[in-house]
Amino acid sequence: MIKIVAWFIGLFALVLTGFMLFTAGWERPPIETQQSGYRGTGMAEIINPRVDPQRLEAQLAQVPELSPLTPDPGVPRAGDVYQNVQVLGDLSVARFTRLMQAITEWIYPEEGCAACHQLNNLADDSMYQKVVSRRMIQMTQAINSEWTSHVGATGVTCFTCHRGESVPQYTWFNADPATVAADGMVGWRNGQNRAAEFAGLSSLPEEPFSRLLEDAGQIRVEGRTALPIDGDGPSIQSTEWTYSLMMHMSTSLDVNCTYCHNSRNFGSWESSNPQRVNAWHGIQMAQSLNTEYVAPLSPVLPPHRLGATGEGQKINCATCHQGVAKPLGGLAMAEDYPSLWGDAAPQDVAGVDDDVDADADALASAEEPVDLEGSGAGGL
Amino acid sequence: MSMLSYERKYRVRGGTLLGGDLFDFWVGPFYVGFFGVTTIFFSVLGTAMLVYGAAIGPTWNLWQINIAPPDISYGLALAPLKEGGIWQIVTVCAIGAFVSWALREVEICRKLGMGYHVPIAFSAAIFAYISLVVIRPVLMGAWGHAFPYGILSHLDWVSNVGYQYLHFHYNPAHMLAVTFFFTTTFALALHGGAVLSVLNPGEGKPIGTAEHINSFFRDTQGYSIGELGIHRLGLYLAIAAGFFSAVCIIISGPFWTRGWPEWWNWWLELPVWS
Repeated sequence: MIKIVAWFIGLFALVLTGFMLFTAGWERPPIETQQSGYRGTGMAEIINPRVDPQRLEAQLAQVPELSPLTPDPGVPRAGDVYQNVQVLGDLSVARFTRLMQAITEWIYPEEGCAACHQLNNLADDSMYQKVVSRRMIQMTQAINSEWTSHVGATGVTCFTCHRGESVPQYTWFNADPATVAADGMVGWRNGQNRAAEFAGLSSLPEEPFSRLLEDAGQIRVEGRTALPIDGDGPSIQSTEWTYSLMMHMSTSLDVNCTYCHNSRNFGSWESSNPQRVNAWHGIQMAQSLNTEYVAPLSPVLPPHRLGATGEGQKINCATCHQGVAKPLGGLAMAEDYPSLWGDAAPQDVAGVDDDVDADADALASAEEPVDLEGSGAGGL
Repeated sequence: MSMLSYERKYRVRGGTLLGGDLFDFWVGPFYVGFFGVTTIFFSVLGTAMLVYGAAIGPTWNLWQINIAPPDISYGLALAPLKEGGIWQIVTVCAIGAFVSWALREVEICRKLGMGYHVPIAFSAAIFAYISLVVIRPVLMGAWGHAFPYGILSHLDWVSNVGYQYLHFHYNPAHMLAVTFFFTTTFALALHGGAVLSVLNPGEGKPIGTAEHINSFFRDTQGYSIGELGIHRLGLYLAIAAGFFSAVCIIISGPFWTRGWPEWWNWWLELPVWS
């Protein structure tokens, strides 16, 4: 009897070992590295040259071919010709039409204009998609004009998040309170302890965003003074929220912790990499955008766009980054669309690089993911 | 030099691997041998290089002295002395000294007609060290991936390399290694406690025997591994701890570049529940 049990356990272990060895997705040398700290500190970014650059190449292949930026005729203005143009009325009709075409390619390449507009009355606001789009254009302008601390001179367009989809692929809903506090005391998981999709499949809290990427979430949990501290410090739970968010940032950008931090002191700016400054502004930006632009749209959305708490989808780091440290490898799509820059609109751009050059630049920068003097950090 | 009365008859000639009779002598209690000489050579040279590195470094604070490997840009080439070359020489010396020590143990085993269990056990520790400073750096393509020699600096390295893979506690071999380390100390504590409990029963009481210990564990858990078996188990646990430590760092980087939590996806996707 004992022998049979032993054989059974042995067989079970053997099968599991087989799955572990052959289905875990192991990688192999050669591996590339970008050192980012003093030698021997272990500050390095580990890159699989057979996987990481291909992800960016596949994303760049999706960038639609659009008409090049031509000199602005100035008149007639869209606001004079069309009705109910609340945000882009100052644009010339030529520029306005060009932007509408671009938005169609970026967001609704299949559905076309009818996805947002009543075709018999383009000015009509009855479709929620149109109301959302208007607010999103304002958000894009705000990002490009007010958040250069994060997006630098590269800026963003609708495509940065949407990639040809009406709803960006990577978003989040507020956690269902029923799953956070299910099954009474015994089954109470507190929204953690399962493979968390947002937290790199760790057992950390599954949805840290409503606490840390909305309103003014407090990410810092490390003390700045020696123990003991006055009053209650941050709890272990809040530390796990922060760790979960950091796992999300890491997987969103396909970078490791040492891309930004020297782990001997996570909170120290002096020993951190410059990228951390950019990331800090990114956290502020995500909080601001969710609070000011994304969350307030929930009342406009139809029920099938709402999550368990009755709120719509919101943004996090992956919404733009999509597994790449610089979204689209730093491809400067926005420079072709001065109207998306809001108050910071560059003056009419003459002789803008064509898309081929921009693609090549993006690929070149993709080969050096740890770019300490990249446009992002340099834009600070 | 002083010597126990019965010790002289165990000081036999022969059994050397290299050097024949040339170094086949004792200094005081210590057997020398060819590998004793190389041990001294490498350890003195290596220590001298560490002191030299400290001397040209910014501090004499023992905690902060740091002999770092070259920049990753040097790849697997030799680096200038002050930019990692010292680390490279120290590494050669350390491996030379450790391996010499193990081979000296082999020679002593041969003299005494013993098995090679002790040098094999020591080799597990040497293997773990070589994994860190040679095998993994070679697989990663640069000496710069090895750890620096310094009390605090090597801890910083451990921390940062762990965070290169987001959460190192999810590394399966690290889990095994940690488990074996804990189990080793647990087994040693049980064994030491069991032996002392029968040999130090208290004033005026008779000492117990191995059979007392066997009975104790049979009564406690239905099984006693036995007098010889506990030492086999201890040897296995300790060697496995070192072995899986080596595995856990070799797979981090060369065979896995992502976060370790993600590795467990194979478990989530087992055909049983996925």
